[in-house]
Amino acid sequence: MQYMILNYEAPEDFARRGDPAEAPAYFAGWMAYAKAISEVSPRGGAPLQGSATATTVRLRDGQRLVQDGPYADTREQLGGFWIIDVPDLDAALAWAVRSPGAVRGAIEIRPLMPMPAGM
Amino acid sequence: MAAAERAARDSYGRLLAFLAGRSRDLAATEDALADAFERALRTWPRDGVPERPEAWLLTVARRLRYNARRSEDVGQAASATLQVLAEAAQAEADMADFPDERLKLLFLCSHPAIDATIRTPLMLQTVLGLNAQQIGAAFMVAPAAMGQRLVRAKAKIRDAGIAFATPSRADMQARLQAVLEAVFAAYGTAWQDATGADPMLRDLSDEALFLARLLAELLPQEPEARGLLALILHSRARQAARRNAAGDFVPLQEQDTRLWDAALMKEAEANLLAAAALGRPGRFQLEAAIQSAHADRFRSGVTPWPSLLGLYDTLLHHAPTFGAAVARAACLGEVYGPDVALHAMADLAPDAVTYQPFWAARAHWQARAGHPEAARSYDEAIRLAGDPALRAFLAARRALISPWQPPCPEPPADIR
Repeated sequence: MQYMILNYEAPEDFARRGDPAEAPAYFAGWMAYAKAISEVSPRGGAPLQGSATATTVRLRDGQRLVQDGPYADTREQLGGFWIIDVPDLDAALAWAVRSPGAVRGAIEIRPLMPMPAGM
Repeated sequence: MAAAERAARDSYGRLLAFLAGRSRDLAATEDALADAFERALRTWPRDGVPERPEAWLLTVARRLRYNARRSEDVGQAASATLQVLAEAAQAEADMADFPDERLKLLFLCSHPAIDATIRTPLMLQTVLGLNAQQIGAAFMVAPAAMGQRLVRAKAKIRDAGIAFATPSRADMQARLQAVLEAVFAAYGTAWQDATGADPMLRDLSDEALFLARLLAELLPQEPEARGLLALILHSRARQAARRNAAGDFVPLQEQDTRLWDAALMKEAEANLLAAAALGRPGRFQLEAAIQSAHADRFRSGVTPWPSLLGLYDTLLHHAPTFGAAVARAACLGEVYGPDVALHAMADLAPDAVTYQPFWAARAHWQARAGHPEAARSYDEAIRLAGDPALRAFLAARRALISPWQPPCPEPPADIR
């Protein structure tokens, strides 16, 4: 089954990205994770830039409503995602808890909706 | 539960577990199985009961499930293939006994990805075949709402891809704890109905015992499974003594031990001993050991309070719950007298707000100590008691300390 791993990072972890003392260890952790997860991730994934870079848009009555900032105003923010192909939820959970973001942030696991062949 | 009903129940869970393990779709499997049972009711009286009824049900349910899936795939109806498959299924079913996969089903129902409050209902439905009406009645939830919650949980299992498997060794203890807690919750729900007056709850107590026996049988090397069974058996053994002939509440210490069920207590003790031999103590074994100590009164006429106090200390070390802390405080009273009990209870009071057993225990020991607050504690215990018989019992106890008076009204602010 295919699952998306959505990595919601805590503000402290986002802050590590810009801290010269912390950044090398932070990125090394994610590099190692990205390398490991590539075994089960035929469709890949990526870390995302911080939520300060996010823009949210809605189409209402044909009008584009563009807004600065992420969609959800939560403490943890989406910091990266992966799509993995594993046998079941327990296997997906095992990959999720290996994420460097799992200790302080939260990892959401969502099955991909199966699509009819050809789509 | 009648023997035939028990056998049907046993078959239902085994068949569902076996079929669901292959399709992962609990709801669709339940439908197919219900259909198969319905056909059995229609054809068996006419054609006679098949030699192997379970194999018959399994084959028919499988065929129905297969048909349903084929009809979902438009343009792929192939009755020839279908026939072959059905015959193959028949042959397979006839060949050998199918394995008992109910343990996997129990673990599936109590997976951490399933909301904790729906795990027990899900077990009752899938392993035992109870319907949403029966389960809703036991949990005081409208049948439609319970049905919806069950449907959602089954959809989650199917769509999130929760594995139909026994947990890995590393996860075993945590996962088993969740299974045991879900079974215990079924028993706890039934236990609230002390008289056994409500037939649905009386059945639920049977179902919980059935599940506990099943778990102990399927996991003979897991001492906590046997511990849970021993706990439920001890508790069940006292069913007849919890009310007197007039229907009044009788506290454990005043129960007539001649009404306790010796056979159930014996089964409990055998399981507790077997669990202890495995050398891994845990919450349910300790709770069972506490009930076992209370059962001593059956043999010796006295309750071994110092041993009970030691057991409560160990239980609090393994599973620190508020209920156990209150019970330990009451136990202190039996060993060292009211002052020690009340001292321990004073420490617990800030967290006790709506915990009825705390107020009942505190009232008891305050009354024993001649403490002026006893009446007020009884009032609180009475106010929080859900069971009318328990309320009547507490009111009678309160009347012994002083003539019954309504609780004092709060004085106006200018008098304070």
